[in-house]
Amino acid sequence: MNESVEQMGALAVPGTGERRLRRSVMHQRVRHASNTFMLGLTGLATAVGIAPLVWILFDVFVRGASAISVQFLMDTFKPTSLGGGGIWHALVGTSILMGLAALFSVPLGILTALYVARNPNTSLGLAVRFGTDVLSGLPSIVVGLFIYTLVVSGHGYSALAGGVALAILMLPIIVRTTEEMLKLVPKSLREASLALGAPEWKTALQVWLPAAMTGIVTGLMLAVARVAGETAPLIFTTLGSNNLSTALDKPIASLPLTLFKYAVDPSKVRNAQAWAIALIIVTLVLLLNIGARLIATWRSRKMY
Amino acid sequence: MALSQMPRRLNRVAVSSLSRTLRHGDIPFKGALALSSLSLFGLMIGVGLMLWLRSGLMRANAGLSFITATVWNPVDEQFGAAPFMIGTLTTSLLALIIAFPLGLFIAIFLAELCPLGLRGIIGFMVELLAAIPSVVYGAWGIFVFIPSFVTPVGNALMGALGNPQRFPYLPIFQGPFFGASKLAAGLILAVMILPTIAAISRDVLLAVPRSQREAALALGSTQWETIWQVVLPYGLSGILGAVILGLGRALGETMAVTMVIGNVAQLSTSLLRPGYTMASVIANEWGESRTPLYGSALIEMGLLLFAMSLLLNIVARLLVWSVARRTPEQRA
Repeated sequence: MNESVEQMGALAVPGTGERRLRRSVMHQRVRHASNTFMLGLTGLATAVGIAPLVWILFDVFVRGASAISVQFLMDTFKPTSLGGGGIWHALVGTSILMGLAALFSVPLGILTALYVARNPNTSLGLAVRFGTDVLSGLPSIVVGLFIYTLVVSGHGYSALAGGVALAILMLPIIVRTTEEMLKLVPKSLREASLALGAPEWKTALQVWLPAAMTGIVTGLMLAVARVAGETAPLIFTTLGSNNLSTALDKPIASLPLTLFKYAVDPSKVRNAQAWAIALIIVTLVLLLNIGARLIATWRSRKMY
Repeated sequence: MALSQMPRRLNRVAVSSLSRTLRHGDIPFKGALALSSLSLFGLMIGVGLMLWLRSGLMRANAGLSFITATVWNPVDEQFGAAPFMIGTLTTSLLALIIAFPLGLFIAIFLAELCPLGLRGIIGFMVELLAAIPSVVYGAWGIFVFIPSFVTPVGNALMGALGNPQRFPYLPIFQGPFFGASKLAAGLILAVMILPTIAAISRDVLLAVPRSQREAALALGSTQWETIWQVVLPYGLSGILGAVILGLGRALGETMAVTMVIGNVAQLSTSLLRPGYTMASVIANEWGESRTPLYGSALIEMGLLLFAMSLLLNIVARLLVWSVARRTPEQRA
């Protein structure tokens, strides 16, 4: 049977068996060569993709380090004719904004995550997960405009408005990471608590959440990292300021907005200061990301 | 005696029955959970509603011609969104053309080739690109990227392909060219959306069942043939979703684009000329919008941006979910 098929094939294809064999060997070589080539190309693409990261980090660290000093951190705004001053006001402002944003987004995020983790396959549960994903893709500038129309146009620019805008941007990250971590907690833990007669809310708050606490912390870290450098929404909400201010109902300074102003400033002094601010923000973001990742790896190894 | 105890007992029954109807606090608890979940949708509806209401002035003034009008002259209160929409689409598509192949190949490398020990670290480094704030990209773009990369590349493109006599039908590389340009914005955007495309495509590829790969390899396919003819088609809709998510991110990017695109509201076909995008005009001219109509026009621009990115995100997530949901068997 096999032989006859071979013979028929030999008759059908012009040329002798030897030539066919050679052609098939060639074909094999081409296939393997293209395999090696394309696989190599994927490695090259990865190198090209990582190159900008290395390039940006290099510039930020080298140029930022030469412009940063303790005095720069501790001094408030001064005109360039007086040396340009420092960014203490922006550091304070950003800390306040981060605190406000966390204050607004963490309770709401945790409650939402509890709902999704409790009802993962109900239609509302799925819809909420989907909505979280969609919300995370919303441009930050749109969120800024929204808070402008909602809060600022009635009550003026304020730190509070900025905190709310940043909280909306943090929300999806907190919900997703908290939900993932809640799902990792064994169900038997919750069942044991319920079997002892504890109501659902007590089980959730005293057993389930504490068991997932590190996850919630990593979620918060990632969320802060996401909004620490957000600039666009702050234009419409906090306005920015050159003064040291801790009032929640007044315009407030922030690192990213100051960085933006200093980077587009014609003065060389301001440009150098912009690099120093970039160094602070990037360091903060990197530390938060790396820290969150370390905690998450450590956590998933420790459990189960 | 029985009489005197009656009220107290009644009272106790009443309390315990209230407590029981609330199931010891569980009903308010579940209500709070559901309410906070629903607030998410309230938020999205609220964004659309508020932007719709506050752009009423502009919509009443110009109607749909806002989208098609090409003149943007705030002094004469002429507001047309077309140059900005075209600018947004041009820069986003340019970014996509560069970032899609690169991101897909990175995803293939991470999902199929990379040794397990390195997969986490390299994937993390790619994702870190997304963690760097937009405004830092912008500053880097102004001081480093434009002078040392965009300018030589742009000049080379202009020299090779930008001669209007030799290439009359290729207007996208014609000069003059001064650095800040749509090309610069597109390149920066490509770097910024690369992690989105790479990370989500990688997750999609990892969700393709192992049996698919094993079957292809068992039939004698090389590894690349397996990837190209089996794994990629299986995850195609998810990869498409990743690309659309990248596009959505590019549309809304504000600060980095504002800082490198030059901010000129003129229609020009050349990538080497400055431009303007929807997001950057809102951010850039917000402080100057003194008249109510000007502010309303900028808010309507935001509404358009919201509608576009909402639509893209919904479509993209549905596509990504369709791959993740269809694979109940063991994953690779």
